[in-house]
Amino acid sequence: MKCRVCGQKAVVNMRQHKLALCKDHFLEWIPEQTERFIEKYKMFTREEKVLVAVSGGKDSLSLWDILQRLGVQADGLYICLGIDDQRAPIGEGLSYSSESQRLTEKFAAERSLKLHIVDVQKEYGATIPQFALKSHRGRGKPCSVCGLVKRHVMNRIARDFGYDVLATGHNLDDEAAVLFGNTLTWAGEYLLRQGPVLPGTPGLARKVKPLCRIYEREMLAYALLRGIEYIYDECPFSFGSTSIYYKQLLNRLESDRPGAKQSFYLSFLEARKSGLFAEREEIQAELHLCPNCGQPTSAPGLCSFCRMMSR
Amino acid sequence: MVKLILRKQEYEVRPGMTLQDALKKNNILPEGVLCTRDGELITEDEILKDGDVIKLIAAISGG
Repeated sequence: MKCRVCGQKAVVNMRQHKLALCKDHFLEWIPEQTERFIEKYKMFTREEKVLVAVSGGKDSLSLWDILQRLGVQADGLYICLGIDDQRAPIGEGLSYSSESQRLTEKFAAERSLKLHIVDVQKEYGATIPQFALKSHRGRGKPCSVCGLVKRHVMNRIARDFGYDVLATGHNLDDEAAVLFGNTLTWAGEYLLRQGPVLPGTPGLARKVKPLCRIYEREMLAYALLRGIEYIYDECPFSFGSTSIYYKQLLNRLESDRPGAKQSFYLSFLEARKSGLFAEREEIQAELHLCPNCGQPTSAPGLCSFCRMMSR
Repeated sequence: MVKLILRKQEYEVRPGMTLQDALKKNNILPEGVLCTRDGELITEDEILKDGDVIKLIAAISGG
């Protein structure tokens, strides 16, 4: 297979685009596409301060790399969740959180990038698995608590340090899997909120997903070809998760019908734009400020995070 | 023979087939992996040679 641009040997074939590229042209193509989607969805301007949430995984580190290459002033935020892989052999040092933190710090240091680090246990008194045991959320599985804590910390750091925008490394497969799950249950409120940009509100930075149109496989190729060292091991709590199951289902569909995942997500965005769902303003009007942390919450009184902390 | 390695699992296929056929034969979706030979990414139309060791890298992550 040959690169469509130069005719050299291709290393990545993207059937959904009918496009094969060599290493050099693929490494040019991904940042170009990212920039195109940042502009298309009006994610941010060059004057705005961007905070990138980095986990040590291929997507978020690649996003940070791409933003730097595009000349965007983007600092990083790493949240240490205190998650260790209990299945790893003792003594091998295979701790999910500490390894992902090491890789993130190494990435930032090599490029002289500013990185904020928030250690959940040091700042809030417990690790994510410990919070999960205390909380009623998620029935003992920490994913729900993890999401809640990460959202709170990301919003807090963005607000405290004056960032205009919070960027996450969600790729198209992440978005399609979430959409698939929410469509199966017709979760209207979640469907209403899903998109490349979640507008900011008082006390809440705008959230953007610059990689939302790029397949996960392409992001993996980018990380590998760019030589980005990322954490390959999964979070030990993600095994058997519904999001991974949905991704596998969608990949089966994609295998038979190249472009199916992309079409599913883009058709949804178009449908929402044309008024399939209620206007966003109706939801925004109901937001309240948490009396403890000051972050927006959907009901009067303490927000979910502060309620969990007060237990 | 040709060896395919995905995480800790190993598969063997006969040389002479394409990478795409080798993946299908072992029920591995090409959409979920990238394939490397000698550290270089290769595309699915690559014809596998005797002695090749193909490392498959899973693309799916998340929780």
